[in-house]
Amino acid sequence: MSLELKEVEKKVGIETHIYPTNLKLEKNTINVLLGSTLAGKTTLMQIMAGLDKPTSGEIWFNGENVTGKEVQKRNCSMVYQQFINYPNFTVFDNIASPLKITGINSDEIKQRVGKVAELLKLSAMLNKKPDELSGGQQQRTALARALVKDSDLILLDEPLANLDFKLREELREELPKLFEDRDCIVVYATTEPLDALMIGGNTATLLEGNVVQYGKTLDVYSKPDNLTSAKVFSDPPMNIAEITKSGDNFKLVDNNVQWKSNVNIKDGNYKIGIRPHNITTYKEGSNSVEINGKVLISELSGSESLIHFTNGKLNWVSLSNGIQQRNIGEDTKLHMNVDEFLYFDQNNRLVNHG
Amino acid sequence: MNKTFNQKAWYFVIPVFVLVAFNAAVPLMTVVNYSFQETFGSNVFAWEGTRWFKEILHSERFHASLGRQAIFTFIILLIQLPLGIFIALTMPKKGWGVPVCLILMSMPLLIPWNVVGAMWNIFALPDIGFLGNSLNSIGFDYNFTQQSGDAWFTTILMDVWHWTSLVVLLSYAGLNSIQPAYYQAAEIDGASRWDIFRYIELPKMKKVLTLAILLRFMDSFMIYTEPFVLTGGGPGNATNFLSLDLVKMALGQFDLGPAAAMSLIYFLIVLLICWIFYSLMMKNEART
Repeated sequence: MSLELKEVEKKVGIETHIYPTNLKLEKNTINVLLGSTLAGKTTLMQIMAGLDKPTSGEIWFNGENVTGKEVQKRNCSMVYQQFINYPNFTVFDNIASPLKITGINSDEIKQRVGKVAELLKLSAMLNKKPDELSGGQQQRTALARALVKDSDLILLDEPLANLDFKLREELREELPKLFEDRDCIVVYATTEPLDALMIGGNTATLLEGNVVQYGKTLDVYSKPDNLTSAKVFSDPPMNIAEITKSGDNFKLVDNNVQWKSNVNIKDGNYKIGIRPHNITTYKEGSNSVEINGKVLISELSGSESLIHFTNGKLNWVSLSNGIQQRNIGEDTKLHMNVDEFLYFDQNNRLVNHG
Repeated sequence: MNKTFNQKAWYFVIPVFVLVAFNAAVPLMTVVNYSFQETFGSNVFAWEGTRWFKEILHSERFHASLGRQAIFTFIILLIQLPLGIFIALTMPKKGWGVPVCLILMSMPLLIPWNVVGAMWNIFALPDIGFLGNSLNSIGFDYNFTQQSGDAWFTTILMDVWHWTSLVVLLSYAGLNSIQPAYYQAAEIDGASRWDIFRYIELPKMKKVLTLAILLRFMDSFMIYTEPFVLTGGGPGNATNFLSLDLVKMALGQFDLGPAAAMSLIYFLIVLLICWIFYSLMMKNEART
């Protein structure tokens, strides 16, 4: 089983929503579409589902060209950011609704609904109506509806975005387990890099209608093909600075922060990407370099401290563990972990990491 | 506990008392007062007890106009609700068609009621009116001033023309508040157009439709101006609805006592039905 997009393009009027895209999703995988709002995640999912037709290009499913095949005739299900359930059905009837249409006998419906409800901790609520449930339970009902019919393709469009923080964490933990033994392709759209990392599987980074990179989630995270992919997959935003290299001497163009490294690239000008957690108030790693800055904002979350500071013309973001109190305007010294730098050439391609 | 007792706050309530007294309590109590007395003019009143109420409740004239009223309200609800929902469903959801449709729909609602009556009166005249003349020229024997069936037909048509828009606008607002994801989810489930209407649109429109029914019930049950101008209750008593009959009794015959009793009964009927409706509505609300 596989889902393949071949040169899929979507235009609405003169606007291009999806630039020609090639993507192949294999069976039994969870695939995260990661990108900010308007990156094209939803459009791409609707094209995959058959809710929307591509302007050009083809969609192949299991070696069959399904471009233009209606959504009803495909075996897919979708969960939305909003909690979509039939308002005057009970939870049981809601979960059973996709089965009833297929004409399965009621004993089997009962059994399958019961199983899914248990998986999603809804067993006690089967007789309630959606309005009587919490947001988390409503979304669980919607998930149960998507799971109950054994779809080949399950699309989850930011399913956790409208949930409270606690409920979101809880459900996010359960999600990968729900799909573990299923013979299907799962596509999960999110704006949050953390979601992608926690769900694992594969990730496609998206920006303005382009799939920037697709691969194993951890690979995309630690070895982004290019600067764009790295930026999409970094929250808080990645620090980017111009550097020059000669021999094993590296130097920020903007000021005189210097370090030595045996990274194997030609001499010349590069860009480096540094994730905020690799700039800390304390030394980390065997190879680190100091950077001085003036504190712009400091945000404490208890377990972490986010310090925004300026150095030269650039604004930097650092993320340290624990409470690191800094006052606004204060001069402070931070440490950058040289081993975690990502080096990009002038065309923004990754040339080396670490 | 050391509390200072100060009753000055009552002064702030006085304006409300005065207002409510003059626009509701005093007129209503005057009517209640009339309903228990007989008068022969010159401000001379005699106590009659519940005589007028008994008379009205047993009067065939009242039964007849109440019956006409009920049938009229029932028919226009039966036509306007489905028609309004249907029009709302077919209205465009985006583009230039939206403002055009909304303006067209609002027009009948903006016309003064007596103008609506006068307009339809002329429109339906069998000799010179466009509707009346056209119907006659294609072979119908149509004359709303002389045949009761035609009078009913014209009155109902006028009310449908005048008020269906209200149902349309309310339904349209209800439909527009349904997120597109509902339709997509139903499409994925393989639901038919009827399923979508029955299981998504109708439940989602429940609140606005309840409101529409309540408004249309009250307005149509108390209809006066338009039939007064259009038919004047005629021919004979054919379209003599409750409020028309009431005004005839009170101002035409100057039977103040019976008219007062009748208006109280009328008021209680409307109040009762609205209360039943409202509590049913609230019961559903509390449950969900």
